[in-house]
Amino acid sequence: MTKKQKLLLHFSIFTATVAAITMTMVATAAEIVVYSARNEQLIKPLFDAYTKETGVSIKFVTDKEGALLQKIKAEGVNTLADVLITSDAGNLWQASNLGLLQSVQSKTLLHNIPANLRDPLGQWFGLSVRARTIVYNRNKVKRSDLSTYADLGQSKWRARLCLRTSKSVYNQSLVAMMIQEYGEPKTEKIVQSWVVNLATTPFPDDNRAMSAVAAGQCDVTIVNTYYYGALMKKVSNLPLDIFWPNQGVGESGVHVNISGAGVTRYAKNKAAAIRFIEWMSSEKAQNLFADANMEYPVNSMVQADPAVAIWGKFKKNSLNVVKAGELQAAAVKLMDRAKYQ
Amino acid sequence: MKQPPALAVSKPTKSGFAAGLPLPDGWICVITLITALTLIPVAVLVSSLFAPERDIWMHFVEYQLPQLLTNTFLLVLGVGLSVAVIGIALAWLTAVCDFPGRKQFSWALLLPLAIPAYVTAFVAIGLLDFTGPIQTFTREYWGPIKFPEIRSGGGVIAVMTLALYPYVYLVARNAFLTQGKHAIEVAQSLGFSPTIGFFRVALPMARPWIVGGVMLALMEVLADFGTVAAFNYDTFTTAMYKAWFSLFSLQAASQLASLLIMFVLIVVMAEQQTRTRVRYNQVGRHSVQNRIQLTGKRAWLATTFCSAILIFGFIVPVIQLLLWASEVVRQDLDERYFNFLAHSLMLGFLASLLVVMAALFLSYGVRHKTNWMLRMMVRIATIGYALPGAVLAVGIFIPVAWLDNKLVTAGWIHAPLLEGSLLVMLLAYLIRFLAVAHNPIDSQMHRITRSMDEAARSLGVTATQLIALVHVPMLRAGLITGAALVFVDVIKEMPITLMTRPFGWDTLAVRVFEMTSAGEWNRAALPAVALILAGLVPIFVLTKFRLK
Repeated sequence: MTKKQKLLLHFSIFTATVAAITMTMVATAAEIVVYSARNEQLIKPLFDAYTKETGVSIKFVTDKEGALLQKIKAEGVNTLADVLITSDAGNLWQASNLGLLQSVQSKTLLHNIPANLRDPLGQWFGLSVRARTIVYNRNKVKRSDLSTYADLGQSKWRARLCLRTSKSVYNQSLVAMMIQEYGEPKTEKIVQSWVVNLATTPFPDDNRAMSAVAAGQCDVTIVNTYYYGALMKKVSNLPLDIFWPNQGVGESGVHVNISGAGVTRYAKNKAAAIRFIEWMSSEKAQNLFADANMEYPVNSMVQADPAVAIWGKFKKNSLNVVKAGELQAAAVKLMDRAKYQ
Repeated sequence: MKQPPALAVSKPTKSGFAAGLPLPDGWICVITLITALTLIPVAVLVSSLFAPERDIWMHFVEYQLPQLLTNTFLLVLGVGLSVAVIGIALAWLTAVCDFPGRKQFSWALLLPLAIPAYVTAFVAIGLLDFTGPIQTFTREYWGPIKFPEIRSGGGVIAVMTLALYPYVYLVARNAFLTQGKHAIEVAQSLGFSPTIGFFRVALPMARPWIVGGVMLALMEVLADFGTVAAFNYDTFTTAMYKAWFSLFSLQAASQLASLLIMFVLIVVMAEQQTRTRVRYNQVGRHSVQNRIQLTGKRAWLATTFCSAILIFGFIVPVIQLLLWASEVVRQDLDERYFNFLAHSLMLGFLASLLVVMAALFLSYGVRHKTNWMLRMMVRIATIGYALPGAVLAVGIFIPVAWLDNKLVTAGWIHAPLLEGSLLVMLLAYLIRFLAVAHNPIDSQMHRITRSMDEAARSLGVTATQLIALVHVPMLRAGLITGAALVFVDVIKEMPITLMTRPFGWDTLAVRVFEMTSAGEWNRAALPAVALILAGLVPIFVLTKFRLK
């Protein structure tokens, strides 16, 4: 073989290889791209399970919600993302509001997910439920003294309340739902009364607020249940207990929020994306999704993790969580006015 | 009273820096390219000013900005003063004096650079807050005692000072090493005490370096979100995050960022104005031989001071992190950590090469072309360091995605190619960290006198030879410092890394993000410790090659 022929041969082998690789890629287009604001350690096991079961591989990237939304927006029609996963209804509402998601018709999803935990337009779907509730120091608080969120503004709680910062989206959603229920003036009064009762500057996360309650810096706080679960698992003998507020007759129940997903507006693999979200809402995947973070399954056919179920049954607020998004800006401004830092 | 000599400070001649050798045209092109590149995200952010967000602004002006601006002002003032005092004091002690432990301290005092400020913050709060071990212990044994609140303005200032003083220490030490002792000798020969020599000769001579270091620290303060968030101490940056994440207005966030850009530019230009009136030339090369020997109480004080800074700035945080990491190491440490570490190191290495090269070009540009346009452009080009990372990341990502989309539409590519490419990631780091390399290199550049260039020119050297044979050796300290600082900054960086990394390309900083965003601080300790270890690499290089 001359040098030229050799070169030609090498070149054709190379071309053939590239072509073959490209072909296989096209053939196994069974791949979904997920942008997730839910942490890698929570979603990776889920993705692995899906790939194992269906052969569909999942490429994903994690980031903060705000950054992911801007990313999808900037990518526009050429977005790489098929599915957006994020926590908090407010963020999902915002994704939908920015026109980043598309409506999905799926009987499975309608069946698996209660109406108040998904978008009325079908652009996003709750996949796990998180309850924001009261946690108190059992050595210092009588259970019977507790009743509602609003009650924490009573003077008996003066200098006994700890809160996480108002910059947390969980508190913003809580207050947004209160606005929906009580209107702005009344909600503002409640938030103001909380601020008066604060024992110390608000904390950057739920864990620190609970630790402060356990250490006796304050007696009561408002946190998401899964943080309580994780903390109790990690540190033994903490004098902390869960209380479900707003359970009385005529009261609306515990504030709940979701972690959820939606199909992006310009998803390249729409059908596969829908199948994946359906799978996540199914009975076999729900425990995998929720239990990893000690959350509640959204699918009512699925039992919560025993470690979670032990906290007892409670009445959940049945308002549609979409309100958390619609009223989030109003809630933030309200908390600023009330000097809730 | 006798005036100390105006050592090596000469009024520039009319031609000023513009003299020297003309730069090849290619260089000017590169300089323009670099500046243009860094201007893109700034332009994206500033363009937001054309679409006012009246509602949000009214709300901010009434309920947020007065407090936030006060907080920011206090923070900048407090951190600025304390990093200057601590940085200068440590630099002077280790560069010019001698006391027990000096040799070890001179490199060890750089170690806090490797710890991200938000990590120091979390450790400080964890240890000193009401729920921390210290207060818990005293409560149990002596009953309730009122401690000063760590989660306060003072607490943030203390933590940021411990994290940021090395910027001043590093550059001030370099200045003192090359001229400090000489300054003292001159002062002494004229009958002044070393103290007066320090304040009236050495300190003014080191001013451009010190100011450069303080500027870097303050830009980082302005850009910071993680540390202030840990303290729930609201600053101007908090307002940007609030506008974007809570009020869903990236527009308003960009407008706030634009104001910050203008503010920083004004300050930097003003500083530049005062600086260019005098020229700081290096008078030969002096290594410190006869150090000022500290004895007795003074030696003891010096050792204690250095130890205290080292203990609180590095040893305590690292021990706490190690304790936390040891709880999770079995569960979390797997072979993927090799990848995380490799990615971090690789990004740090490539980015520091790129950024140092770019900074070198810019520095030359300003040296040879004194027209104000170019100067202004270079100033804007280095503004990225003062902007909150998340905001800058979007400012970078938007034009990249735009270009990708254009290419797809034009049929050149099938799917976005630029985003998630290593190239864009590195360019993004360039935009973010140009100031970090530019400051030390540029200060060093001021030391190369015109007469050196002229002498070389009379010997018939070309511009490139001049740079390679004369300038680079003289700039060496600045180059290595710049490279090391960029390296540690890049491996600690989060928002840009998160937004521009290719699929599956996680780094140690990304790992820290995954854990901290879920509030799992102990689990974050493992990648944080690995991050610190990785950060020791450039610090080691710095010590090895610079602090001899």
